[in-house]
Amino acid sequence: MKKRKLEENIFKALMIISLLGVFAALAGIIMVVAVKGLSSLNLSMIIETPKGGYYLGKEGGIANAIVGSLYLMAGATTLAFIISLPVALALQKEYLSKRFADFTRLVLDILWGTPSIVYGVFGFVIMVYLGMRASLLGGIVVLTLLMVPIMVRAMDEAIRLVPFEMKEMAYALGTTRVETTFAVVLKQAMPGIVTAVILAFGRGIGDAASILFTAGYTDDIPTSLLDPVASLPLAVFFQIGTPVPEVQARAYAAALILLVIVIVINIIARILGWRFARHIVR
Amino acid sequence: MSKIKIKKLSVSYGNHQVLNEVSLDIPERQIIAVIGPSGCGKTTLLKSMNRLLDLNEDVAVSGDIAIDGENIYRPDIDVNALRKRVGFLPQRPYPLPMSIFDNVAFGPKIHGLDVSSLSVVSNKEREGKGNKGTQRLVEHYLRLAGLWEEVKDRLNAPAAKLSIGQQQRLALARVLSIEPEIILADEPTSALDPISAKLVETQFKILKENYTIIFVTHILRQARRLADYIIFLYMGDLIEHGPAVRFFGEPCDEKTKAYISGEIS
Ligand SMILES: Nc1ncnc2c1ncn2[C@@H]1O[C@H](COP(=O)(O)OP(=O)(O)OP(=O)(O)O)[C@@H](O)[C@H]1O
Ligand SMILES: [Mg+2]
Repeated sequence: MKKRKLEENIFKALMIISLLGVFAALAGIIMVVAVKGLSSLNLSMIIETPKGGYYLGKEGGIANAIVGSLYLMAGATTLAFIISLPVALALQKEYLSKRFADFTRLVLDILWGTPSIVYGVFGFVIMVYLGMRASLLGGIVVLTLLMVPIMVRAMDEAIRLVPFEMKEMAYALGTTRVETTFAVVLKQAMPGIVTAVILAFGRGIGDAASILFTAGYTDDIPTSLLDPVASLPLAVFFQIGTPVPEVQARAYAAALILLVIVIVINIIARILGWRFARHIVR
Repeated sequence: MSKIKIKKLSVSYGNHQVLNEVSLDIPERQIIAVIGPSGCGKTTLLKSMNRLLDLNEDVAVSGDIAIDGENIYRPDIDVNALRKRVGFLPQRPYPLPMSIFDNVAFGPKIHGLDVSSLSVVSNKEREGKGNKGTQRLVEHYLRLAGLWEEVKDRLNAPAAKLSIGQQQRLALARVLSIEPEIILADEPTSALDPISAKLVETQFKILKENYTIIFVTHILRQARRLADYIIFLYMGDLIEHGPAVRFFGEPCDEKTKAYISGEIS
């Protein structure tokens, strides 16, 4: 009896410590970024593009990077979603044999584990070959490639949780595969699908290496898909590397803005997820 | 009149044969009970009749099944149309992830049924068109399944919130809503409390006027209470089948006698 009690307590302690660790890490990140960045976070940081001398600590802001990141992510998330959903749905056993589906999963998991700089280099090589320069389009395409594996696999896991008996119910009513997919599978898996989009979004918006060569960097807000575009991760990266303390502080401000975007998107997604969860069967 | 003719039906999963050359005729507009010990192939037999077995990857079916003289394993048959004619009530009643209302309205919608085409809907009900018509239709089938009174005030609530017994009757309403000719029910009362089970049994007795109902049961007493016709399977073999009175009154086979007396189970 004593041993079992001890086991229970050790395990409980382990869980509490790990939980605290997770929260401490997140709180630590937010605090460091906030403490170092808040001082230089003001309205002009958000609504102005860099003026002459910005990188020496003079006036201007990082609107170019904020808008750039939003453009990149709007494009890449949309594109990745359009590609990922059909792939994830196809992995169901009604469509692909288990062997081929498992092979596809393996490929996706390998792609998921591939460092983002490899995506960047790959994108860059292709763009050089096509004679394209770093651009919003290039950045969107490479981010899409980066996001698809995680999005598909997360959707796939959500779709696999739909009970087979539930699908069988629908088929027993005489539904086609497409009707079953849309009326039953998507509805039941919707909260998980929202989570998948968020996971992929998180990977995309924070990534610097993949867009370093493919999207480039610029002080302007792009006016066409073929213009280069700035982004928040690169704004952090470039500014933190300068010797000027004011600019370094602005790197933290940029990181703070990035964090806030991620938090806001997550909250919106949670709310959406709750609404979609109304009818799911547990 | 026999509704379904099964000839030398064999089914195997992988190399595990679970039905061995089953042949029988199933009468129309009666309640037919399929009985036999666990694992003897009852569910498999049911699912062969609406081709739900097709959803399994490694299943092999041989022999043939004719419904109203039409072989349902013909390659060019429209499986979805078949499943509309042969409704299925599963052992575990999964609601579809939608509201109570939509659970019933879903089937008619995909099959393009509308109120005016349904024979069972009265002339008065038939007048309603469009949305009103769908509302009447949903009400009609929920009443038929004996669920209407309990859910009429919360039709838009998630079906998942219903109790298991209510979900089973919702599944019944859903099956009825596609106007099948045959209803296959796999242990339709096994998840139910005695009162809900009684409700379903009562509905079956009413429904046999218009439908051929084939149900699986573990409970011999239930088969005696409800069935007009009995099919007894044992380890994949059809041992005996016939009108319930004869089956229970003068069973022919030794295994049947043993099963009825509870010596084997
Ligand atoms: N999808 C499947 N894959 C492999 N074997 C299966 C599958 N479904 C059923 N079987 C096997 O086929 C045999 C018959 O199963 P079936 O479900 O038809 O029995 P049953 O009479 O309905 O049993 P129960 O009364 O326990 O529900 C069993 O031995 C079972 O293990
Ligand atoms: Mg069974």
